[in-house]
Amino acid sequence: MRLWKAWVVTRKDFDIFRRKRYILYSLIALPLVLGLLFPGSILLAGRKSIPPALLASILQSESTLFIILPAILPSVIASYSFIGEKTEKSLEPLLATPTTDAELLLGKSLAALIPSIAATLVGGAVFMVISDALTVGQLGYLLFPDWTTVALFGLATPLACILSVEFNIIISSRVNDIRAAQQLGSLIVLPLLAIYLLGQTGVLSAGVGELLVVSGILLVIDVLLSFMSRAVFQREEILTKWR
Amino acid sequence: MIETDNLTKRFGDTTAVEDLTLRIGEGEVFGFLGPNGAGKTTTVRMLCCLISKSGGSATIGDYQIGDLQDQLKIRKIVGFLPENVGLYDDLTAYRNLDFYGRLYECADSQRRESIERLLKLLDIWDRKDRLVGTFSKGMKQKIAIARALIHDPQVVFLDEPTANLDPESARTTRDFIVELKKEKRTIFLNTHNLDEAQRVCDRIGILRTKLVAVDTPANLRASLWGRRTIVHLSQLDKEVLAAVKGLGYGEVETMDNKMILNVPEPERDNPAIVETIVKAGGHVQFVTELRPTLEDIYLKLVGKEKA
Repeated sequence: MRLWKAWVVTRKDFDIFRRKRYILYSLIALPLVLGLLFPGSILLAGRKSIPPALLASILQSESTLFIILPAILPSVIASYSFIGEKTEKSLEPLLATPTTDAELLLGKSLAALIPSIAATLVGGAVFMVISDALTVGQLGYLLFPDWTTVALFGLATPLACILSVEFNIIISSRVNDIRAAQQLGSLIVLPLLAIYLLGQTGVLSAGVGELLVVSGILLVIDVLLSFMSRAVFQREEILTKWR
Repeated sequence: MIETDNLTKRFGDTTAVEDLTLRIGEGEVFGFLGPNGAGKTTTVRMLCCLISKSGGSATIGDYQIGDLQDQLKIRKIVGFLPENVGLYDDLTAYRNLDFYGRLYECADSQRRESIERLLKLLDIWDRKDRLVGTFSKGMKQKIAIARALIHDPQVVFLDEPTANLDPESARTTRDFIVELKKEKRTIFLNTHNLDEAQRVCDRIGILRTKLVAVDTPANLRASLWGRRTIVHLSQLDKEVLAAVKGLGYGEVETMDNKMILNVPEPERDNPAIVETIVKAGGHVQFVTELRPTLEDIYLKLVGKEKA
């Protein structure tokens, strides 16, 4: 596989996204809202009335919601990077070039992954900076970054992002209708939402160890899905069966 | 350059292309005609390695269709213009071509020169920095043609290149195909436009799942109708008709003051026909050859196959 060729595909998609302002806005809006909303809610609740230990616990727990973002954000882009090629009828000339399936898949995946991970990290950074600014006086130390958020933003969210992109690739390779692809692709949010809810209900604590376990599971699934996405990416089916 | 032997494609129980055997030489412009659903696009897709074949064999140059090792090599030497232009509306004309130039592995300098040469040739160089989404259909088609040629391919597949174009754009596209022909590229032209095929193609294949006929337009005409001569007279009388019938060219059709004869070799036989008419007292106004159009050939062949 030639990485430079995959990067050519990625760069082209970036050029297109730059023109589609609403993709950029929708990509950045959700992480920013989450980044501002959670610390803001503490402010509204009256942070002085919350005991310091509880305040830290609430904010750490809220930070795990960022694990759901990677499931949502790539699907916004994936609908343009894979399905968009088909709807704009540009897939046929693209597939006619001397580019391998792996190069094409990697290029398309990076085009969805890089902005999604970047947007999640920006949202996470906003969340941590504002949280620290609001709580440092009361706690007497900077709550973030800690090892939990390092594991969360450094491992779990990128792996969840890869999971979402690969899932969307598989869906868009197998179904023959754009709406069905988008609807099915959005189902990837469910397992990640389950992880978040398990954390919120206390079944799973939002610690470094748990996040490493979750990341390990995500890594295994990602590797399996990457093989599966290569196997199910059938040029012929995509060309002849898509409506 | 392009060879197929019993090339077949099936989609489940449906056979799209059956036992297609073709030989297309280097520098030849080959027109592929057929009704909708005849298998023209499927054939092109197989030859461009976009879809697999179900049977038979095919080669482009020295490379085998269906051989995984050869697929990328074939795609490198082949230019493809699909029926739908499939350009990126949110990229400029230049960026569209630059993207494909990179995918076709053109060196930086070659890519830049190629883009400039093609856009100037197609008279859109001054609009190179405009978004393709703002272009007319004709202009988009020009960009798509430039894209098919960006890597200087030896073989070019054009799938309905003038479909949905206004007459002026269609003419520009046809002129460009003629230019490509001069550059000795092998061109495989899928078209519904019989006039276009007649004007630019060296040979024509008529497909209706199976290959119905393949030859030059002139030979197809001759094989279906023979050559026919029309003699226009000032007045057609019985003596003249009897004298011409006596020449033994078979049945003589008449229409007003015209006689229509099946003549094996008009260059040799027409003077004798005129002489016979004059001797019989007839007055010849002029003599012409009745040439069936490609449309006539196409309709006859496709109609026969359908029946």
